Amino acid sequence: MLTILFDGVAYGMLLFILASGLAVTLGLMNFVNLAHGAFAMAGGYVTVLLMQRLGWPFLATLPLAFLLPAVLGAALERTIYRPMYAKTHLDQVLFSIGLVFMAVAAVDYAMGSQQQLIRLPEALLGRFDVAGVGIGKYRSFVIILCGLIALSLQYVLAGTRFGARLRAAVDDQRVARGMGINVSGIFSLTFAVGSGLAGLGGALGADMLGLDPSFPLKFMIYFLIVVTVGGASSITGPFIAALMIGVVDVAGKYYLPEIGAFIIYVLMIVVLLVRPQGLFARAR
Amino acid sequence: MSASVSTNPALQSTITGYLARQRRWTALEIGFWVLALAAPLLMPGQMLLLNEIAILGLFALSLDLILGYAGIVSLGHAAFLGAGAYAAGLFALHVNADPLLGLVVGTVAATCLGFACGFLVRRGTDLTRLMVTLGIALLCFELANTFRGVTGGADGLQGISMGKVLGLFAFDIKGRTAYLYSLSVLFILYLVARRIMASPFGLSIRAIRDNRLRASASGVEINTRLVAIYTLAAALAGAAGALMAQTTQFVSLDVLEFHRSADLMLVLIIGGAGYLYGGILGAIVFKLMQDAIASLTPQYWQFWIGLFLVLFVLGGREILQVAGQRVRAQISRLFAGKDA
Repeated sequence: MLTILFDGVAYGMLLFILASGLAVTLGLMNFVNLAHGAFAMAGGYVTVLLMQRLGWPFLATLPLAFLLPAVLGAALERTIYRPMYAKTHLDQVLFSIGLVFMAVAAVDYAMGSQQQLIRLPEALLGRFDVAGVGIGKYRSFVIILCGLIALSLQYVLAGTRFGARLRAAVDDQRVARGMGINVSGIFSLTFAVGSGLAGLGGALGADMLGLDPSFPLKFMIYFLIVVTVGGASSITGPFIAALMIGVVDVAGKYYLPEIGAFIIYVLMIVVLLVRPQGLFARAR
Repeated sequence: MSASVSTNPALQSTITGYLARQRRWTALEIGFWVLALAAPLLMPGQMLLLNEIAILGLFALSLDLILGYAGIVSLGHAAFLGAGAYAAGLFALHVNADPLLGLVVGTVAATCLGFACGFLVRRGTDLTRLMVTLGIALLCFELANTFRGVTGGADGLQGISMGKVLGLFAFDIKGRTAYLYSLSVLFILYLVARRIMASPFGLSIRAIRDNRLRASASGVEINTRLVAIYTLAAALAGAAGALMAQTTQFVSLDVLEFHRSADLMLVLIIGGAGYLYGGILGAIVFKLMQDAIASLTPQYWQFWIGLFLVLFVLGGREILQVAGQRVRAQISRLFAGKDA
């Protein structure tokens, strides 16, 4: 029972790291980026390639799994994402679905369609018992790392000047611009960091979530659920939503394997109908 | 539908005149349908492809009703295609092999689903609707996947054998009956859609799309109308699904996949939304393109769809629109003598 709760929390933490960039994109630019999962996949494949081809240890690949998708995100944001902000949601959806399709087919072409396996370091394998509850070492590592990232995100948002600017821009872009805040600069940076975090999540999740070319499509709905259920105007909303979804999903698949997958979708539809702004967001 | 509120007679006659003009057939349209009927003679070896085009055209027509006319963004239209396909397939397998009965069963099944879902898309923003429709389609996919005993899971419904259409025309291996059957259904349902959209009801749907607040201020009951149009669209999608199940004699989870809904958006966008022919024209272009690219690189066809979507949104649409206007101007110049 507690083991399931623990697994669910680890899963939820991963989802949060994966989806946090999407929350910012949606909240700040009101941009529906269905291609967010492609950056996560990029991070996952960076780790896989470095480990398989160059023989790097798992932990050493993680910084690059963050950096490369971040650079990729920044480059794409500068070039092709920027003209999209002013377009309708329908156009944004078409555009980002197009990107997903391209990413899926390109990775399939380059890497093959099989599931990629990564070998975790010995130190993170196995599990230990705490008061009779089996706890996986890797999952605790994920929880600690993601927890630290979440805390530092919260600190940056709530405690720094940059965070204040970002929040101002999310709340009212025009006024923020009028106050001399460089909104598009802030946005480029957050887009890059969001893509990088997604990449890191993809690398960390390669073992727990699996990694194959259909990754962006498979998990797109989960990211969107996290953001829409949590609301896009803060970081705590998506965090709580991600934990909730992680626990519900793992528990549902364990106890009710027949209908496990429905629970999440039904939950999402109900939440959206009752609170279209998200559970934890202020209505605008 | 046409609750005649007392308006001034001049306005009323303007509206009636506008609707009558909408209902009138142009030479171009008649030519289009004649060409569609003659297609088997022109492309005798491509009947199966033509059949797919007709079915995809009907499916896209259905999306056009809600996206182009009512302005409801949907990423989950495959749910209704799947409902129609499975209902028709199961009906043929277990109850009766008559195609027309099966078509009715498939359509009714999708209509019921559409009616239920219609209540979910009435409110909220574009994003909420996207999520809700996507969620519904995913739910349907999971349902079909879970109840393997009924749907056959990933293997699909096998061994469907259809009876003769109207008791006269058997389905042949070349797909001649299939195409003519699908084309007739497409034509009849197109007529229905056309008549409905050129009625005061259709006008009110467009009013909701253009300005919700103003429409409700002029007395349009937004919620009931949106549910109605959504249900109608679901019915057409269900008919497309039933046709697909009957003419291919096979239904699998593929009909509920996400890419069905995404491709459908592309089809409609290629042809242009909001004038009923967009979906059909888009289906022709899409299927021919798919056929051509798939013969070159069958595996990576998705890449090209993706590239097309990206380029299209980034600026290709304007180019296409200008080209389309030029072509239309040329054609109307050709027909100018007869039409005017």
